[in-house]
Amino acid sequence: MDAPYAIEMVNITKRFPGIIANDNITLQLRKGEIHALLGENGAGKSTLMSVLFGLYQAEEGVIKKDGKEVKINNPNDANDLGIGMVHQHFKLVQCFTVLENIILGVETTKGGLLQMDEARKKVVALSEKYGLQVDPDAVIEDITVGMQQRTEILKMLYRDNEILIFDEPTAVLTPQEIEELMQIMKNLRAEGKSILFISHKLNEIMAVADRVTVLRRGKYIGTVDVKDTTKEDLSRMMVGRDVNMVVDKTPAHPGDVVLKIENMTVASKVHDNNAVKNVSLEVREGEIVCIAGIDGNGQTEFVYGLTGMEPLVEGKITLCGEDITHDSIRKRSHMMSHIPEDRHKHGLVLDYPLDYNIVLQRYYQPDFTTGAGFLKKPDIRSYSQRLEEEYDVRSGQGSITIARAMSGGNQQKAIIAREIDKEHKLLVAVQPTRGLDVGAIEGVHKNLIRERDNGRAVLLVSLELEEVMNVPDRILVMYEGEIVGDLDPKKTTVEELGLYMAGAKRNVGVDTERKEEA
Amino acid sequence: MKEKKNLLKNPSFQAILTSLLCIVLGLLIGYIVLLLINPAGAGEAIGTILINFLSRNSQAAQLKALGNTLAKTAPLLMCALSICFCYKVGLFNIGAAGQYEAGACMGLYAALAWHMPWFVCLVLAAIAGAVVGAISGALKAYRNVNEVISGIMLNWILLYLSNMILVSPSVKDVTSPYTIRLASGNPKALIPTAGLNTLFANNKTVTLAIPLSILFAILIWVILTKTKFGYELRATGFNKEAAKYAGMKEKQNIIITLAIGGALAGIGASFLFLSGYQEWSTTQTSVPAMGFNGIAATFLGGLHPIGTIFASFFIQSITDGGALINKSVYPSQISDLISSIIIYLCGFVLFFKFALNNWVSKREAQVSKVDGQVIKADDKDSKGGDK
Repeated sequence: MDAPYAIEMVNITKRFPGIIANDNITLQLRKGEIHALLGENGAGKSTLMSVLFGLYQAEEGVIKKDGKEVKINNPNDANDLGIGMVHQHFKLVQCFTVLENIILGVETTKGGLLQMDEARKKVVALSEKYGLQVDPDAVIEDITVGMQQRTEILKMLYRDNEILIFDEPTAVLTPQEIEELMQIMKNLRAEGKSILFISHKLNEIMAVADRVTVLRRGKYIGTVDVKDTTKEDLSRMMVGRDVNMVVDKTPAHPGDVVLKIENMTVASKVHDNNAVKNVSLEVREGEIVCIAGIDGNGQTEFVYGLTGMEPLVEGKITLCGEDITHDSIRKRSHMMSHIPEDRHKHGLVLDYPLDYNIVLQRYYQPDFTTGAGFLKKPDIRSYSQRLEEEYDVRSGQGSITIARAMSGGNQQKAIIAREIDKEHKLLVAVQPTRGLDVGAIEGVHKNLIRERDNGRAVLLVSLELEEVMNVPDRILVMYEGEIVGDLDPKKTTVEELGLYMAGAKRNVGVDTERKEEA
Repeated sequence: MKEKKNLLKNPSFQAILTSLLCIVLGLLIGYIVLLLINPAGAGEAIGTILINFLSRNSQAAQLKALGNTLAKTAPLLMCALSICFCYKVGLFNIGAAGQYEAGACMGLYAALAWHMPWFVCLVLAAIAGAVVGAISGALKAYRNVNEVISGIMLNWILLYLSNMILVSPSVKDVTSPYTIRLASGNPKALIPTAGLNTLFANNKTVTLAIPLSILFAILIWVILTKTKFGYELRATGFNKEAAKYAGMKEKQNIIITLAIGGALAGIGASFLFLSGYQEWSTTQTSVPAMGFNGIAATFLGGLHPIGTIFASFFIQSITDGGALINKSVYPSQISDLISSIIIYLCGFVLFFKFALNNWVSKREAQVSKVDGQVIKADDKDSKGGDK
């Protein structure tokens, strides 16, 4: 006999003008199960969660808690019903301690004074019960991402939430930390908590979830038991067609050196240990070199130094035999294309229409600007339309769509189209598949490999293990601003890669500890 | 693709609607204040403020008063354009007042001490304003000094600097604190009327400055929307990081933008002082209001160069109208109060737009629920809105 439902969303329909974001979707979460919600970007996962949290009201359908219909009009109602969420981007006060963050908003006070002792006892008890190692007095900005996430989980538990939602929780973790998180989720399940696990990483869903509900383009596709299904089946349900899970590529035929970096050092604005220290590397034409590593180990600064966004403290960059160390961003862009890490911060002017964004790197060229300095709007429009067609960039109103109104996947496609179509010898792709769904990721990888086969040098910076293992021809691991490993993806394993990424190859103590945990 | 759009969702229409809403609410609150001071004449007073020159007795007097309002609209419009232009690049040019002072000082000094013709004075005033703007710009670009802070400080520095420079015996009237009247000091420096004065009952302060200021508004609009330069500037304003990523020289653009803003404000000052409308008082101890009123005109004009033309006229008109009310009962500052309430309400423009969009979406959603066809529902709505 199956456990009763903890929360049910039955036949939920939510419309926005011109689009049906959720079309008759049913999601039933049993008590004490881990239920994965799987879907591409724009499939309606966020809308459905917003309905559950009372941020949107569904036009049709009901939400039931323990079989009784409930109205959720705002996030406070959701909280009262015991629903808690760990957001993809943590909502923590950086300069507060773990304990202070956990009690924030539900402080126990006596005569206006905080009563921390009781809170501390409860937090320590909770962390022992569920195996959530945290130091209650550590300040958030000093602790690892994994510990910050555990703080977020404790926040939910401290509020006695019964229904826990994890929104893409593994995106920022190391392989070892992911293992720990999976174990924590299983512990929570064992204690009777119900978990909704939003993800598009099929491996993790297969490893930890009991059931999966799949959405596609706002429609409910189905709910299946994990033990009766396969990764291939799930991806077919999610994308609506067969997806090639293995990246298809022929062996690389590297040619001349395109990019040569010697002893590059870049200062960091955040922490000293984030700075790039004395990095040297080469990328040849016709090969994909991947910089792997955990977020925040100097990859961002490395790319800033390479593309000219930040000056170098020391070192030399040579591109196609030319010293570009002191060249401007514009000058570098004549030979270097750059898919930036943060498409909203750098990649797009969100308030500009799509066609203006498509020419962001080329607007000043004679193709798009007259000698007198006037924009050639019809030419910009038709160029944009050609790229939209070629790269399957979809948007509500075509070239005049404001970039902000486009889905993340299509924004990324627009950037990729722009960077690949322009003149270049080197493509720097920084987390090009971040936040994209399986179908879109496949497309990005194909583009990268086509670039390689066309004789371009590709430098990929990635945090995604699957991408690191499958796409590049060479892996360089970056740890605390230094290259600590040079690996052949065909000869290494995820586990070995993880050890390099965690810096364990240099620290014997950490090394043995990790092995014990695994 | 949908060709027809709901009129209520059209951004330009929304901008106009919200600006009008600000005006109506501002007048309403102004009226309430008048009622509180003295209920008897409140209706008449608010009427006078609104119709301004039309409250004069004869047609000739009306035309003359309209001419005066227009003569002061031109400099106001230039200040508003200065602020509007900078705002599009993400800079809040509160230093327009100081750039205006620099323009006034340079224009008058060139006219009276060097006996330059008007167009030379105009160019020099523009350069002076540009230099002051560029100072703020350079501080912002290279030292990350907020342009509001440096702007306000420069406003005061330029005020006293102008007073110091303009007391020079060749510029200042011997018997009064004012600069010498251009009509007697250097008639060549007066901006030509080109016959425009005859349209306004021979009001000699109606000069080429007025059509020129409108031309500047159109020019600014063209630069911002049609040129490569405007593309760069607006991209910088929307997203400085993306502009940098795309290889635009965002530091240089900040300086150029504030320099252009300064030039516009400087020209605005010479549009007033070289029209012979008034003289500079070398004993003044407050920053001229023109620069600040420009902020109001910009926001009321929906941050659009063309909208700014109408907003400038409106603000200047109620300011002049405020001077005409019965001063024994009401302070003439009542029009300042109304325009400041309007500015204050302009801060709510985004809120109004948000509420409007919400309302439209809700209605669309309801309609689409009934017949399930959003596009048809849209068409019906826009037809309804047209009426």
